[in-house]
Amino acid sequence: MNILVCIKQVPDMESRFKVDAAGTWFEESDLAWRINEYDEFAIEQAVQLKEQLGDADLTVLSIGPARLKEALKKALAMGCDRAVHVVDAAAHEKDPFQIASSIAAFAKDKSFDVIFTGMQSQDRGSGQVAVLVGELLSIPSLTTAVEFALEGDTISVRRELEGGLKAVVKAKVPALVSCQLGLNTPRYPTLPNIMKAKRKELLEVPVADLLTEEARLETVSLAYPEKKGSALVLEGEVGDLVEKVIGILKEKTAVL
Amino acid sequence: MKALLVGEYREGKLLESSYELIGFAQTLGAEFELFLVGSTDQLPQVDGKLHLADVAAAGEFNPALHKQLVLDAAQKAGADTIVFLHSSYGWDLAPRVALALNAAQVSEVVEAAADGYLLPACNSKLRRTVKATTDRSVVTLQVGAFMAAEPGGTPQVEELSVAAGGNTEFGGYEQAEAGEVDLGKAEVIVSAGRGVGKPENVAMIEALAKALGGEYGASRPVVDAGWVPHDRQVGTTGQVVSPKLYVACGISGAIQHLAGMKKSEFVLAINTDKDAPIAEIADVLVVADIKQFAPALTAKLVG
Ligand SMILES: Cc1cc2nc3c(=O)[nH]c(=O)nc-3n(C[C@H](O)[C@H](O)[C@H](O)COP(=O)(O)OP(=O)(O)OC[C@H]3O[C@@H](n4cnc5c(N)ncnc54)[C@H](O)[C@@H]3O)c2cc1C
Ligand SMILES: Nc1ncnc2c1ncn2[C@@H]1O[C@H](COP(=O)(O)O)[C@@H](O)[C@H]1O
Repeated sequence: MNILVCIKQVPDMESRFKVDAAGTWFEESDLAWRINEYDEFAIEQAVQLKEQLGDADLTVLSIGPARLKEALKKALAMGCDRAVHVVDAAAHEKDPFQIASSIAAFAKDKSFDVIFTGMQSQDRGSGQVAVLVGELLSIPSLTTAVEFALEGDTISVRRELEGGLKAVVKAKVPALVSCQLGLNTPRYPTLPNIMKAKRKELLEVPVADLLTEEARLETVSLAYPEKKGSALVLEGEVGDLVEKVIGILKEKTAVL
Repeated sequence: MKALLVGEYREGKLLESSYELIGFAQTLGAEFELFLVGSTDQLPQVDGKLHLADVAAAGEFNPALHKQLVLDAAQKAGADTIVFLHSSYGWDLAPRVALALNAAQVSEVVEAAADGYLLPACNSKLRRTVKATTDRSVVTLQVGAFMAAEPGGTPQVEELSVAAGGNTEFGGYEQAEAGEVDLGKAEVIVSAGRGVGKPENVAMIEALAKALGGEYGASRPVVDAGWVPHDRQVGTTGQVVSPKLYVACGISGAIQHLAGMKKSEFVLAINTDKDAPIAEIADVLVVADIKQFAPALTAKLVG
């Protein structure tokens, strides 16, 4: 069986973001980068599926600049067999349709049986790329999976809906599955596996080889939200903070 | 703009959130028609045309078939903008419709401005303004971002014919198991977020909740990791709560969490990150390490 997992590298969300000079993206220097949280669940599920099948081949793919080698190496250390780096220094300017088109162009002649993605990216959160890839490849997409199983040629997932409700949905392979938080427990790469990963294949493909589509979305601007709230921000020594908070709770709430 | 609004129907009921779509169209002063896979005994109360596909034939979950039905309705309505909620139904269906129409999709719109739609980026720390460069576009609205229209009126129903189809199979729903606690009744809730660091630290959140005479809750990652049971999860996929006091401990304030607690009367947040989006709805943000602050506050309270 042939498995593909698509991952994105995103900044740590606890970073202080600065809008760049063009006013359409954030400055990338000084940020710590990591694998999109949702995609860690996708990698783990792909590796578990490979382990279940025994005989399977697992490719991890990511589109972006040079820095994402680090993310791909982690995915290899988690158990992917080979990595494909679609090199695009300006990936952040591409819209979800272009990202999906590039992935589909790569995948179209490789007969992947199962494609895993995250349900959304943390930085842009479009929640589009997964389904677009499935549609472009004319295969079923099962989104927002919190449980996954493959039996024979049928994938069965629990799809998460709102308020704790889930739906059981199935599709025959080939199919795409987008992964939601909590699907599994992503493993930490062990040292021996990190060493082994160094010898695994890491292929580079220029984005121009795959992408022929024009963007359908244009970013007009990126800015800080207008602060709607007016939280009173308290800083200082813990003892003082505790005193202040008790005072405020007494004054403003009926609970103390 | 000529909009087609894609309503939602689940477990035999029209979902209330569908009125937010109408609210959006009214805010923009847009002409609109509605689409629903539903039934004639659960019609949205609104004047105007409703393209209705019978749920008995189309099923509640069949994305490939629902896509085709939306496309049929969009054509009949002459719609240039197809509007969904950014919900489990909407984010699944919208990209399918967008691709079939060669249309751009704008996801999770929180506001419509003169120069484009505003979307959250980076866990709501930033706002992006984007616009479609295609003639037609597909839009998904963040749930709760647009005021729901008041129900009122009677739609003029146009039945869509449903042909068989689909490449997925629906195997029914599963409800979350009822738990030991009903957070909806608690007057004080102290919730643990990922910032608590490790499972052992949940105890200090529990202790603080007890000292304040309330219950403890949690954000999703803490529940997913198995540190706290699911019935204590606050948010879109957990409980919606409105206590007198909500204390968010090491919780960043993602929209799906806020949706579960923003009706709280008073919100106290403790976070090491002064820029955490929870500050947008908190009354007080204490910039501190929760591992130091929570035990100190508890100690003072129990005296
Ligand atoms: C469809 C969908 C449904 C979802 N449903 C829910 C839901 O129902 N409920 C929910 O909660 N989430 C839900 N989520 C997930 C949500 O998007 C966020 O990922 C989640 O709420 C983040 O939880 P958190 O704030 O605890 O963690 P993080 O976002 O990781 O934030 C941790 C915070 O802790 C702070 N911190 C770190 N260390 C300390 C310290 N020592 N002291 C104090 N502060 C510290 C950090 O600054 C940060 O702000 C859903 C997501 C999706 C896509
Ligand atoms: N640059 C990228 N390279 C590879 N996969 C991506 C990229 N961007 C998005 N994806 C995949 O598509 C999913 C959804 O992303 P998005 O539509 O941007 O929210 C992510 O979780 C990834 O699995």
